[in-house]
Amino acid sequence: MRNALMAAGAVVLLAAQPALAQQKSIKIGFVSTFSGPTAVIGNDMRNSFELALDHMGRKMGGIPVEVIYEDDAQKPDVGKQKTEKLIESDKVDFVTGYIWSNVLLASIKPVVDSKTFLISANAGPSQIAGELCSPYFFSTSWQNDQTPQAMGLYMNQKGVKSVFLIGPNYAAGKDMLAGVASTFKGKVVGQELTTWPSQLDFSAELAKAKASGAESIFVFYPGAAGVQFLNQYAASGLKGSVPLYTAFTIDELSLPLQKDNAIGVPGAQEWVNDLPNEQNKKFVADYRKKYTGLRPTYYGAQAYDAAQLINSAVVATKGNLSDKAAVQKAMEKADFKSLRGGFKFGNNHFPIQNFYLQDVVKDADGQLSLKTVATIVKDDQDRFHDKCPMK
Amino acid sequence: MTLFIEQCLNGLQFGLLLFMLAAGLTLVFGIMDLVNLAHGSLYMLGAYFAATFSALTGSFVLGAILAMLATLLVGMVVEVVAMRRLYGRDHLDHVLGTFGLILFFNESVRLIWGPAGLALPLPGWLQQPISILGFQYSAYKFSIIVVSLIVAGGLYALVMRTRIGMLIRAGASNREMVGALGVNIKLLYTLVFGLGAALAGLAGLMQAPILTVQIGMGENILILAFVITVIGGIGSIRGALVAALLVGFIDTLGRSYLPDMLREVLSPAAASTLAPALSSMLIYLLMAIVLIVKPEGLFSAGQR
Repeated sequence: MRNALMAAGAVVLLAAQPALAQQKSIKIGFVSTFSGPTAVIGNDMRNSFELALDHMGRKMGGIPVEVIYEDDAQKPDVGKQKTEKLIESDKVDFVTGYIWSNVLLASIKPVVDSKTFLISANAGPSQIAGELCSPYFFSTSWQNDQTPQAMGLYMNQKGVKSVFLIGPNYAAGKDMLAGVASTFKGKVVGQELTTWPSQLDFSAELAKAKASGAESIFVFYPGAAGVQFLNQYAASGLKGSVPLYTAFTIDELSLPLQKDNAIGVPGAQEWVNDLPNEQNKKFVADYRKKYTGLRPTYYGAQAYDAAQLINSAVVATKGNLSDKAAVQKAMEKADFKSLRGGFKFGNNHFPIQNFYLQDVVKDADGQLSLKTVATIVKDDQDRFHDKCPMK
Repeated sequence: MTLFIEQCLNGLQFGLLLFMLAAGLTLVFGIMDLVNLAHGSLYMLGAYFAATFSALTGSFVLGAILAMLATLLVGMVVEVVAMRRLYGRDHLDHVLGTFGLILFFNESVRLIWGPAGLALPLPGWLQQPISILGFQYSAYKFSIIVVSLIVAGGLYALVMRTRIGMLIRAGASNREMVGALGVNIKLLYTLVFGLGAALAGLAGLMQAPILTVQIGMGENILILAFVITVIGGIGSIRGALVAALLVGFIDTLGRSYLPDMLREVLSPAAASTLAPALSSMLIYLLMAIVLIVKPEGLFSAGQR
């Protein structure tokens, strides 16, 4: 009897062996901000990622998906710590999320060193597009400079002669201001970088912009800071005399708080909720159905695309994620239906994509919403891809 | 020139706001000899109460008044429940106890209002720019200056002209003697702590529409309030006012003029890296200089 039991045990063990070698589940680590004033952004990304999994039946290539969400508290050191935990103790197959460029810059090394794939669903610092590029890094968003570059092109179209630049003093803020300055043909009269993320009183900067005599102001303030900036811009009396141009300052999360102050303030974006492709219509409709009272943002759309990118690689490699070269090859194809209507990857794994002009309008239910007005630039590639050694 | 005046107004507004916070801190520190790290939590509560009450009542002003009363009440309860255990103990115990209160308040706020933070929208009449001295200025910032000046004046009258003020001043100079003369020092302490809390709450709710109502919003500004208390001299209201205005002006003017001045002497790249770092250091430099020249602070409690 005892022998029989032992034999049975051995058989069970043997049977379990090949199952262990195969993927039992796809483990994805998701690092974003889930506490503090910018937690709304993290929640939107999580909502969209969950919606993407729902649309896939919560399986990728027939294998169940497990997601571990971690809060970076918008701090680079915390983000790095959480990323290391995901890699070392959870042993995830993919890491994604990342709103903030400084958090991503702090976190990328342990991920790519361990040959784990990192898909940035928002942050796109110039360093990672250039010399720090890695075969294990992919972006489903943009390189930071691209969106403000598009805004600079639009300002040229409008015949703007001079601009004053204001942005936060961290990796993305510096990229954004450099981006708009690289395409804007007029004169950059002055530039201010503010302490990030603690400074939310922009009166000194607005006063300087006013005194500089610049014809316009360009600003980049994501999240709650964008609400404060727009409200203070309106209260300072500049609205009406010095027009404002923005990148990542007005979105579906900040709009309910910015209200009428956002009307007439243009922004550039790679995704707008009304982009006319089937998958996007389904995404926006299902999002609003699942999360009543909320509207998806570009952050969410990028997270949705990140889920689709991971799925495309799992399906193409039939779940064999240990073949890193095959996974990389599969991801490079960007073989999925992106919510922005399709894009392809450049040599540095950043998307080559269109940028649109968005405007704030009152929609059918009388609520403020964002609308695509025009395509500013087609198939735009970031200006750092030459510096990336990958070909 | 307009830029300079406008930046001065900004500095004045920021300074007066810091005074609201530092006044309560310096009173509690000077009179009760209590290091209260949880002062920033009362500032945060003021902002949360204001956001809640103005949403409930639909009126910003009514919400602000209710929020001040609520912070006063919370302050008095905290004094009776927690602070009384700390009097006469070592400063290290104060730091430990009030740091515990910070954690308590932060978690309570997370439980009650959630982690995301709130917005305190301004009524339309405060959002419009107004015209002063021939240029446009934010009506709300101007109203902060007016309200703060009124409160500062009221506080001066209370401390210098009333019987309670006399007791407060006496308490700051020599606590034991005031107690020995038969003054109900317990009640006085509760009142002073409540007053300090209400002032912190007022500062928090006035800052809330400019900043965002969020957990931990009091901690950054508390450091500034302590700097002001140290510069002004512990226990001195007048010192707090002078130091708060100094800090407000130096911070605002430093932020707006230092980068340009650095650009004259350094390369633009170096200047743009150095300027934000240096301008946020200026007030600490001021504190260091004051401590070297007058270790007691500008107005030490004896000569108020």
